[in-house]
Amino acid sequence: MATLSRSKSLTLVAVCGMLTSCKEGVLDPRGPVGLAERIILSDATAIMLAVVGPVIALTFIFAWWFRAGNRRAKYRPEWEYSGRIELIIWSIPALVILFLGGMTWISTHELDPPRPLSAHQAPVEVEVIALDWRWLFIYPEQGVASINHLTVPTGVPIHFRLTSTSVMNSFFIPQLGSQIYCMPGMTTQLNLQADEAGTYQGLSAQFSGDGFSDMRFTAVATSPEAFQQWIEQTRAQGGALDMPTFMQLSKPAHAAAPVTFSRVDPGLFQVVSTGQMPTRWSPEEAR
Amino acid sequence: MLGRLTWDAIPFDQPIIMITVAVIGIVIASVLALVTVKGWWSYLWREWITSVDHKRIGVMYMLVALVMLVRGFSDAIMMRSQQALAAAGALGYLPPEHFDQIFTAHGTIMIFFVAMPFVIGLMNFAVPLQLGVRDVAFPVLNSVSFWLTAAGVLLVNLSLFVGEFARTGWLAYPPLSELAYSPGVGVDYYLWSLQISGLGTLLSGINLLTTILKLRAPGMGYSRMPIFCWTALASNLLIVAAFPVLTATFGMLLLDRYCGFHFFTNELGGNPMMYINLIWIWGHPEVYILILPAFGVFSEVVATFAGKPLFGYRSMVMATMAICVLSFFVWLHHFFTMGAGANVNAFFGIATMVIAVPTGVKVFNWLFTLYGGRIRFTVPVYWTLGFIVTFVIGGMTGVLMAIPPVDFVLHNSLFLIAHFHNVAIGGVVFGVMAGYTYWFPKAFGFKLNERIGKAIFWCWFIGFYLAFMPLYALGLMGATRRMQHYADPHWQPLMLVAFAGAVCILIGIALTAVQLVVSIRNRNKNRDLTGDPWDGRTLEWATASPPPAWNFARLPRVERADAYWNAKKEGTPSVLFGSNAPGTVHVPRNTPVGVFIAFFAVITGFALIWRIDWLAVIGLVGAIGVALWHAWQTDREVAIPADKVATFERARAKAAT
Repeated sequence: MATLSRSKSLTLVAVCGMLTSCKEGVLDPRGPVGLAERIILSDATAIMLAVVGPVIALTFIFAWWFRAGNRRAKYRPEWEYSGRIELIIWSIPALVILFLGGMTWISTHELDPPRPLSAHQAPVEVEVIALDWRWLFIYPEQGVASINHLTVPTGVPIHFRLTSTSVMNSFFIPQLGSQIYCMPGMTTQLNLQADEAGTYQGLSAQFSGDGFSDMRFTAVATSPEAFQQWIEQTRAQGGALDMPTFMQLSKPAHAAAPVTFSRVDPGLFQVVSTGQMPTRWSPEEAR
Repeated sequence: MLGRLTWDAIPFDQPIIMITVAVIGIVIASVLALVTVKGWWSYLWREWITSVDHKRIGVMYMLVALVMLVRGFSDAIMMRSQQALAAAGALGYLPPEHFDQIFTAHGTIMIFFVAMPFVIGLMNFAVPLQLGVRDVAFPVLNSVSFWLTAAGVLLVNLSLFVGEFARTGWLAYPPLSELAYSPGVGVDYYLWSLQISGLGTLLSGINLLTTILKLRAPGMGYSRMPIFCWTALASNLLIVAAFPVLTATFGMLLLDRYCGFHFFTNELGGNPMMYINLIWIWGHPEVYILILPAFGVFSEVVATFAGKPLFGYRSMVMATMAICVLSFFVWLHHFFTMGAGANVNAFFGIATMVIAVPTGVKVFNWLFTLYGGRIRFTVPVYWTLGFIVTFVIGGMTGVLMAIPPVDFVLHNSLFLIAHFHNVAIGGVVFGVMAGYTYWFPKAFGFKLNERIGKAIFWCWFIGFYLAFMPLYALGLMGATRRMQHYADPHWQPLMLVAFAGAVCILIGIALTAVQLVVSIRNRNKNRDLTGDPWDGRTLEWATASPPPAWNFARLPRVERADAYWNAKKEGTPSVLFGSNAPGTVHVPRNTPVGVFIAFFAVITGFALIWRIDWLAVIGLVGAIGVALWHAWQTDREVAIPADKVATFERARAKAAT
């Protein structure tokens, strides 16, 4: 009865999971970083299941066979030590961890967020500023910016530099891979790439106050030509993002329709990321 | 005069809170009325509130934990129902400013006021009995520790209807928890209740540590100590090493908030990440403070009900101490996404995985204790088997997230939530429930109802899988934690399954109350007169149930591990105690010093939260005054005459046969 309910619930979960997770999330990566991470995730799971599965089975088998009522099971009231078994039970987890540890060392270095994805291809630069509670994306090379809407070319590495105006957030596009913190007065770096055109959900993965749930953005990956087109279009419309405009933006507000800026003060990210911007507000003010 | 305290502090406009407050008020009023009508006050005061008996203090700790479990679980079911409703444009019924308080309160209460008091209560109750001694090293301090924890509990609950609680998440990361972004009293409630109860925890850790190191029965060397005492030793070492870090970290945040310091602010050289490092230097050992004693309970249960010694005792001890040491070298795995660099991340990732080795060894040792046993399927065994099966899954997902690149996509997701509930429920809750059922007859002299006990287990077991397997899937789908609402309609079915799981657990919690009532009503049927209802192995089963205030009339002489089992096997359990007639026994005198200090601590905390300076001074002077008053008391012991002890022993021997 028990195992039935458990397997039932597991099946239910698995089915629900399969129906939906194929279309989104970290199991359906659309770029090299996400793909590498998903492979490590499934490999490590498989390796550990090879031990965990038998342990669960042995638990049921031992408990059932050695139940008090089973006359065929041999009772050994004194048996408490076996050097051979001890050696094996220390070795099994040690070997698994040795293997996974090696994998960890290598993959952590390969997938270190600031590490460039390609030696030959120059990345597109994007500066990310986490506001309360919106995302500002600045394209320093193109001199444009947008709020809650990230457009990137496919097949080209994107180099993000990230910071925050007030509290901590975490920049995360599940289908592209790694997330990274955006911290006030500090700059973090992240390299991602989208291999396929599409619209991906982005979010903050670090709770940042009352408006946190709305801190979502869309990341659109398009062909490099379409990206160029988007840049031209953005340059042709919308206002300029200078310091006074930015100070207005940095006041707490909930997400609104995406806004773009045709020109950006080139020193803006530098000022914000080095904590030289006065940012005082109270949540009461925001409500 | 009253600082920031005004009538606005009471949320009259929030129907959910006011109804809750009314219900709590009615329950408390009826309990107080019942106690008054029945004339139990003097009994409660003499026998419990002022008690310095480690067993009674242990029981009170567990009572607090069970009551707070109801509070913490109410928060949980509100969160689950909110997330089941608030999909695809719907906003649910809890606005963000309320929802944020709820998840903060849930985490804070479950860790500090449910898991901690339950685990400390079990150690308090069982460790001195297992060591074969008459009390802990510092009995009065023990009472102070308990009442300081109770003071923290009171303050947290006060925040429900006077003011608000923190809206920051259970670890109150700055800068969000700094005055600039959390100007209300919520974070102050959080900080002062945890500072006060944290002091209690530290004192309790010092007390139990001293007890284990200095007060064992004659002959009980470290290698003869029951394994639960070993895990308690490791856990209390961690408390003594880690809790001062917590107190100092909170102290710095308090200085920031109250005195304009800049330890963790964005301005003037403050660094919020320093707080995050410090809090996890406490936070990760905290995980093992909770889980190690649970491991100890499972070890005792497996050996007792398999009817054989724990397999690989030395391995188990080594594994326990290895975990104890390693737990201090892994804190950074809570924020790999800070961008610390590959070498740092890889070091902490691998250090984390290394903990899986001793933990894995423990699992195998339990398996081989079952092997060759004659297993009686009692309720504690259900919890233990449920634990092994569940915990290995939680361990696996834990190792998975110890790989930094994997953590980069799972950090702060519902996968993480599922992982730590997998080890917290599957490990700590199952462990304390096993310990509660296992030692209940020792504490009260009768067993808990077995059938209801099994039903409780199934509710928690099935409820856990229903509630948290969907969260694993949701995390992989990109759902993050602490969402008040979300856009993706595909997540809702899984959220509904998770809600159903929470309801299942709710039934389990309700049945725990039913079980207590039914068992008390039928106590004469389930009475244990032998003091050894489970055919136990360790010394706590060698004395009466419930044990007398002095635990043992004569201190046992221990010549090997599993002392009581071996003595029983030789047919003469009384040989443990020698044949001398018991002499006069001295037990510590009850004192109200603990409850008085806690009273003043509550006043101090409340006054500081609301910035009522004069009241804070009164509270502080009062607490110190009581402590000083106690220092001048010289008559601290009660002598129990030899003939009274002998009469008790004779009556017990007669009842047992």
